[in-house]
Amino acid sequence: MAAGTTYEPIATTTLSGVSSYTFNSISGSYTDLILIGSINGVSSAADIWYRVGNGSVDTGSNYSWTWVSGFSSTTESSRASSNSKLYIDGWGTIGTGNSILRTSINNYSNTTTFKTLLVQRTDAAKEANAQVGLWRSTAAINTIQLGLDSGTFNSGTVLTLYGIAAA
Amino acid sequence: MANTFELIASSTVGSGGSANIDFTSIPSTYTDLVLKVSGRQGAENAFDITFNGATTSYVVRRLQGNGSSASFSDGSGTTTAIRVIGIASSGSTANTFGNSEIYIPNYAGSNNKSVSIDAVNEDNAAEAYMNLAAGIRSNTAAINQITITPRAGSLAEYSTAYLYGIKNS
Repeated sequence: MAAGTTYEPIATTTLSGVSSYTFNSISGSYTDLILIGSINGVSSAADIWYRVGNGSVDTGSNYSWTWVSGFSSTTESSRASSNSKLYIDGWGTIGTGNSILRTSINNYSNTTTFKTLLVQRTDAAKEANAQVGLWRSTAAINTIQLGLDSGTFNSGTVLTLYGIAAA
Repeated sequence: MANTFELIASSTVGSGGSANIDFTSIPSTYTDLVLKVSGRQGAENAFDITFNGATTSYVVRRLQGNGSSASFSDGSGTTTAIRVIGIASSGSTANTFGNSEIYIPNYAGSNNKSVSIDAVNEDNAAEAYMNLAAGIRSNTAAINQITITPRAGSLAEYSTAYLYGIKNS
């Protein structure tokens, strides 16, 4: 097998005072995507979510998810379906402390299957959340949006989208 | 565009074991660090990670399953290190090694240092764990040293640690 470049930054951004950010025109030339968020807190506790799409983000009720989360001294798992956003809160809202967001979207550019997002979000001041999300569309993903229902991401929040190529 | 997932350093424990694995002089030229550990040690299923040789100001919150129940630690544990539960112990089935990945974004910045941890141990018996953990060291110094220390005994022969750097541009 030929050795190639297999882990490349596609785009990176540093946020300041915005409630959402969208990666547009994502190349379909990779096999998988990884989105890393170093979230420097938010202005006030809020629900955090993804939307994805092809050409534009899908605002239809095409998202579902299942999560397992730890918060305080408790654990819980639950799910939701047919929502217009893919919430990645887990047990509660994202807080004002630092969070690390790691998301894998495998086989994101195929046009035959619905798309699955594997999400982990950890906050040493609050919680740990592992989650699977589904976008019920066979379209290739070339747009990813991360947003808050209220408030803004604090200055210094960095989002980076990486592509992994199998060959 | 250049490949940005690069090996910085690695260590494989030899015959007789090792008291720790110490990565020093970590360059600040990357955006994030990824540490991957495969290990086995003495009588406990945990190892400690410290930054820059410091033993203060750490907090970990850990979501864990052990095959019979799930739990979440509230961050009231040790503050002397980031404790990772995900290494085989002397009580684990022979030849089994636990695996863990520690992701450290913005390690060279002037922020407090947060980490995200995946750690597992499976041995076809009762010494099984899997967890997702959040850790932080409340200190703004850039990380230039990472030390892995077993909680009991020595790191066993064939234990490995790989440190990678990732650039976002």
